[in-house]
Amino acid sequence: MISSIIFIVLLLGGGILFTINARKVRRNILLGKEINRKDNFPQRIKLMTLVSLGQRKMFERPIPAILHLFLYVAFVITQIELIEIICDGSLGSHRMFRPALGGFYTFMVSFIEILSVLAFIGTIAFLSRRNLLKVPRLVKNELNGWPKLDANLILLSEITLICFIFMMNGADEVLYSMHQSHALDLNDGSLGLAISSHLGPFLFGGMSEHSLHIIERVGWWGHIGMVLWFLNYLPYSKHFHILLAFPNVFYSNLNPKGKFTNMESVTNEVKAIFDPSFVPPVADPNIPMRFGAKEVTDLTWKQLLDSYTCTECGRCTSSCPANITGKLLSPRKIMMSTRDRLEEVGKNMDANKGIFKDDGKSLLGDYISAEELWACTSCNACVQECPVNIDPLSIIIDMRRFIVMEQSAAPSELNGMFTNIENNGAPWQFGQADRLNWKNE
Amino acid sequence: MIEKLDVITMAEYKAKGESPEILFWVGCAGSFDDRAKKITKAIVKILNHANVKFAVLGTEESCTGDPAKRAGNEFLFQMQAMNNITILNGYEVRKIVTGCPHCLNTLKNEYPSLGGNYEVIHHTELLQDLLNTGRIKIEGGSFKGKKITFHDPCYLGRANDVYEAPRSVMINLEAELMEMKRSRENGLCCGAGGAQMFKEAEKGNKEIYVERSEEALALNPDVIAVGCPFCNTMMTDGVKHFNKEDSVKVLDVAELIAQAKDL
Ligand code: SF4
Ligand code: SF4
Ligand code: SF4
Repeated sequence: MISSIIFIVLLLGGGILFTINARKVRRNILLGKEINRKDNFPQRIKLMTLVSLGQRKMFERPIPAILHLFLYVAFVITQIELIEIICDGSLGSHRMFRPALGGFYTFMVSFIEILSVLAFIGTIAFLSRRNLLKVPRLVKNELNGWPKLDANLILLSEITLICFIFMMNGADEVLYSMHQSHALDLNDGSLGLAISSHLGPFLFGGMSEHSLHIIERVGWWGHIGMVLWFLNYLPYSKHFHILLAFPNVFYSNLNPKGKFTNMESVTNEVKAIFDPSFVPPVADPNIPMRFGAKEVTDLTWKQLLDSYTCTECGRCTSSCPANITGKLLSPRKIMMSTRDRLEEVGKNMDANKGIFKDDGKSLLGDYISAEELWACTSCNACVQECPVNIDPLSIIIDMRRFIVMEQSAAPSELNGMFTNIENNGAPWQFGQADRLNWKNE
Repeated sequence: MIEKLDVITMAEYKAKGESPEILFWVGCAGSFDDRAKKITKAIVKILNHANVKFAVLGTEESCTGDPAKRAGNEFLFQMQAMNNITILNGYEVRKIVTGCPHCLNTLKNEYPSLGGNYEVIHHTELLQDLLNTGRIKIEGGSFKGKKITFHDPCYLGRANDVYEAPRSVMINLEAELMEMKRSRENGLCCGAGGAQMFKEAEKGNKEIYVERSEEALALNPDVIAVGCPFCNTMMTDGVKHFNKEDSVKVLDVAELIAQAKDL
């Protein structure tokens, strides 16, 4: 009875806390500017099924893809077991689905156990790739400090969670064979769990009934505790991608990758030059008029959603020609900086009754430098690589637009190029009248 | 010796009251860069050979605005676009072939919402079409048995998902086509895109074109094939960097076809 109350309080507490934090993230994302990504519903669903659910882009690199698949499938399937845990916890029952589901129950839980073992192997492999093998993309500078700790914390909690599952199931198997389990005794001698029916006796065989009950309970409470901790850790972590990957891929850019947006505000000005009778639509005076992006709030909500979805996997950076040749630019860092700044803006708003108070900082300059932005070749390798369809390039271009159109601070060679195009219609100093000379040379 | 090229401008067609099949958008590099002009001529020779009724804009052509747009100068880009669209629409142009993937991308993807709607193809796509319809025929030729590797231009490949056209054209050369490890979707940029062509690279430990040509040269090719005048410049510089210019040629797909046919 007491334990049921504690359980329900924990569950509700965890749920409410998560909702509060998730709503903050949602508010932060919606600080971004509007962009229409609601067209082509069927195509978007298809993309989401392939890329998020089917992990299609992950399989470009098979080894991490398979390891990741273990964790991913284990994560998804374990949610089924969670239903029972929640029922048991609230009602004070134990393995309440087993009598009714019979063989299917044994199959499901065994399946989860096998996946958990695979996930365990995957986690160990991931930890070694990061900390022992030091796979280049996983040890780059931008990961120093919190991002590195974050990644390791997630992997360690994954391991802890799996240990709890086997404590719970293993001890229960031994208890069951002693007819001391709290599960309904069907006089079949074993719960029949694929792994725990062997692992349990091996680890806990011969222990006293009292100790076994303690181990089982620690495992059970540890399991649900970890799940709740995990849930509430998500909004602070790159691990948020397990939820956001779905909407993020759904709202992907469906245009050819080479197509950059044509800025409407500029089109209005240009049209007015070409056609004096053109009347530009009235701008909303509440939205400050600015060309390009200086701050996170100048980006679109999709770009901000991208930043929260980034898994910091570095596939983008490891294929970026600028980064490969030692330039400062790293598309992953562009995403991480965007999220960091957005979080800072969000905290600022929380502290000031929901209204942002100028802190003298901005995304451009304090988080992302012009040097990074100018190193990009706009090659789209990062966009192609990203397993969750993030578009770092669009942020880079929006920030270049601010530097050029608001600050007039392009590198001088580029200013020369602009002048040439303006004066003679080519990026070099050749006259337009000479454009057909090649014909007679 | 001055070769005889048959090049008619849009204005000349209009004066005759005729209209061409297709407009050949030459591009700034193709018009002014000495190396790229050779590619332009190779394209024209093939078009002449295949009796394609094409036109150029000549002195009415102006930069598409691509480098301005990638560098963040949206205003300049849209000014260029509006000017070009006015001219293109004035001639009622419907179909365009470009010698440059950057021009292709801009005309095809970024002009429509500004009022310029055309069917735009890359010259390798046109070549593919001419070969498929039998308007040009190649059987082997001077590249038979030679080792060729193709560098995917990012503005043709990733940007517009054209990977097959250049390859299917080159198959006709009966050469040995080799793929670099980073090719197609995973191709590595040559370093010229995003207006990098017009400035020094940022501080780093290697030039991008060196990284890319190193990869191409590792295959010991006779020819590095390209489909973009800027890639051509970059790969040529890279080959020079490794002192391989005597044994390895950097050639556009159009040049390969023109040379194979001895045009
Ligand atoms: S588009 Fe820019 S940031 Fe992305 S991979 Fe290419 S050079 Fe790097
Ligand atoms: S942007 Fe995509 S590819 Fe790059 S680190 Fe984030 S999730 Fe990975
Ligand atoms: S887009 Fe590129 S190649 Fe095309 S006209 Fe402009 S500079 Fe020249």
